[in-house]
Amino acid sequence: MPDFLLSALLAGIAVALVAGPLGAFAVWRRMAYFGDTLAHSALLGVTFGLLLDINLNLAIALGCLLLALILVGLQNNRFLATDTLLGILSHSTLALGLICVSVFSDNRIDLMAYLFGDILSVSTTDVISIWGISVAVIGALIWLWRPLLAITMHEELAQVEGVPVARVRTALMLLMALVIAIAMKVVGVLLITALLIIPAAASRRLTHTPEQMAIVSSLLGVVAVLAGLTASYWWDSPAGPAIVLSATLLFSLTLLKKQHA
Amino acid sequence: MRDFLIKARGLGVTRNGRQILQRADLTLQAGKIVTLIGPNGAGKTTLVRAVLGLIKADEGELIKAPDLRIGYMPQKLHLEPSLPLTVARFLALGGKPRADLGEILELTGIDKLIKMPMQSLSGGETQRVLLARALLRDPQLLVLDEPVQGVDVTGQSALYALINEIRNRRQCGVLLVSHDLHLVMATTDTVICLNQHVCCEGHPEQVTNDPAYLALFGEAIGTANPPQVAIYTHHHDHQHDAHGNVIKAKPGAHVHTSSCGHDHHA
Repeated sequence: MPDFLLSALLAGIAVALVAGPLGAFAVWRRMAYFGDTLAHSALLGVTFGLLLDINLNLAIALGCLLLALILVGLQNNRFLATDTLLGILSHSTLALGLICVSVFSDNRIDLMAYLFGDILSVSTTDVISIWGISVAVIGALIWLWRPLLAITMHEELAQVEGVPVARVRTALMLLMALVIAIAMKVVGVLLITALLIIPAAASRRLTHTPEQMAIVSSLLGVVAVLAGLTASYWWDSPAGPAIVLSATLLFSLTLLKKQHA
Repeated sequence: MRDFLIKARGLGVTRNGRQILQRADLTLQAGKIVTLIGPNGAGKTTLVRAVLGLIKADEGELIKAPDLRIGYMPQKLHLEPSLPLTVARFLALGGKPRADLGEILELTGIDKLIKMPMQSLSGGETQRVLLARALLRDPQLLVLDEPVQGVDVTGQSALYALINEIRNRRQCGVLLVSHDLHLVMATTDTVICLNQHVCCEGHPEQVTNDPAYLALFGEAIGTANPPQVAIYTHHHDHQHDAHGNVIKAKPGAHVHTSSCGHDHHA
C-alpha cells in the first residue's frame, strides 16, 4: 500500500471514530445546520491562518471554536429563530471565506481541497494531530455522556436535577467545532455535516440504546472511509465525496431493514 | 427546622416589557398539596419556573429550605424518534437514585414497562415514568406541571390517587399545576387561583353528589371511593379587564368570603 494511502486511511478512521458519537448527538439534538455553519466558518479560519502566518490547522480549529462560542451567545437571543440566525452566519462566513481565500492566498492554497477535502495529501503530522484530537474528544464525550444525554432528553428537567445545562451544551458545541476542524481535511467544509449525520442516521435502525447507536455509527463511518478510499484508489474518484457516498449507500441499505423499535 | 420548604413573597416577572406575574405569594410545606389553577397565560408556568430556579424573578423574594431536593415532572416530554432509549435508561439519566428503584416502580405501576422504548408509551404511561424519575430523587418537594394532561378521566383519577398516596407515604410537599379551572384534586390542601396575580386561594369543596358534577364526569369518578377529583368553586371579588388588570367592583356589589381575605391594590 502506498504511504499516502496509509496516512489517508489512518486519518479517515480517526475522524470516523469520533464522528460516530458526535454525529449521534447532532441527529438527536437536530444540530445538522449548526454543523454546517461551523464548517463554513472553517474556511474563514484558513484565511486568518494565511494572514497571520500561523499553522493552518491551528487557525481552523481556533476559528471554529470562536464561532461556536459566538453561536452559543447568539442562541440566547430570541430576536431571530435559531435556523434563521444559522442561515445568515453559515452562508455569510462561506462567502466571506471564499472571497478572502481567493484575494489573500496568492495561489498558495487549493480552494477545492478546502471545499471537498484532500485526504490523500495528509502528512504524518496531520495524522498525529487528527488522532490526538479524535481521542481527546472521544474521552470528553465519555466523561460527559450522562449529562449530555440528560440535556438531550429535557433541558429543564436536567437543570432541576442539578446538571449544569449551559456549560454542558457549550462543551458539546466546542467538541463539535474541534471535530469539524479535523474533518475538514478529510471531506472538506461542504461535506463535513454528511460525515456526522449519515452514519448516525444509518445506525438508528440497527440499535436499541444510545451507546450502541454511537458505536455502530463509528463503525459505519469507518466502513464508509474504507469503501470511499478504495473507490478513490481504483477509479480515481475524489476521495471526500466517495466517502460520503459510501456512507449514503450504507444508510440506504439500512432502510431495507424492518423497523421494530 | 423551618415550617416551609419554599416561601415566595411578592414575586414579579416581566418579559418583553409585559408583566406576566405580579406580587405572587406562595408557601409550600412538607406533607401539603398546593394546586395552582388559572387560565392560559395566567403565569402558572412562570411561577413554577421561578420556584424551580429556572428563571429569576424580577421582584420579590424566594426563600428555599437549605439543600431542598425537588422532584420535577415537566408538562411535556418531547421525544426525539431518533434517540433509542428504554424506560430503564431514561430513569437512570436522573442520576444515582436516592430512593429504592423497585419500590418506586411498584408504586407508580411501571415495573412492566421498564424494557420498553420510551417512544412506545402511551400518554398516561409517560406521565407515570416521569413521576417515577422525580420520585427516585427522594424529593422533599414534588413539582408536577399538569400531570394529568392527555390522560383520560379514569386515568386522571388514578394518577391523583397515586399523588395523594405518595404525599401520605413520603410526607413530601406537592405543588401541582392544573389546566382545569374547575376540576382539582380532592385531597388538595390549598387551591391557588392565578391570573397574573393571586386572585384567591382556599380549600376545594368536596362536591361529590352534585348532579351537575356527575352528569359532567360520569360514574368513573363519582363512584370512586374516596373521590379523587373535586370541583373548586370560588367567589371573585373583582373582575379583570382585557389586559388582565384588576377592576374593582363597586363597594357592596360583591360578597367577600373567607377565601378572599386579601385586598388588591391595582
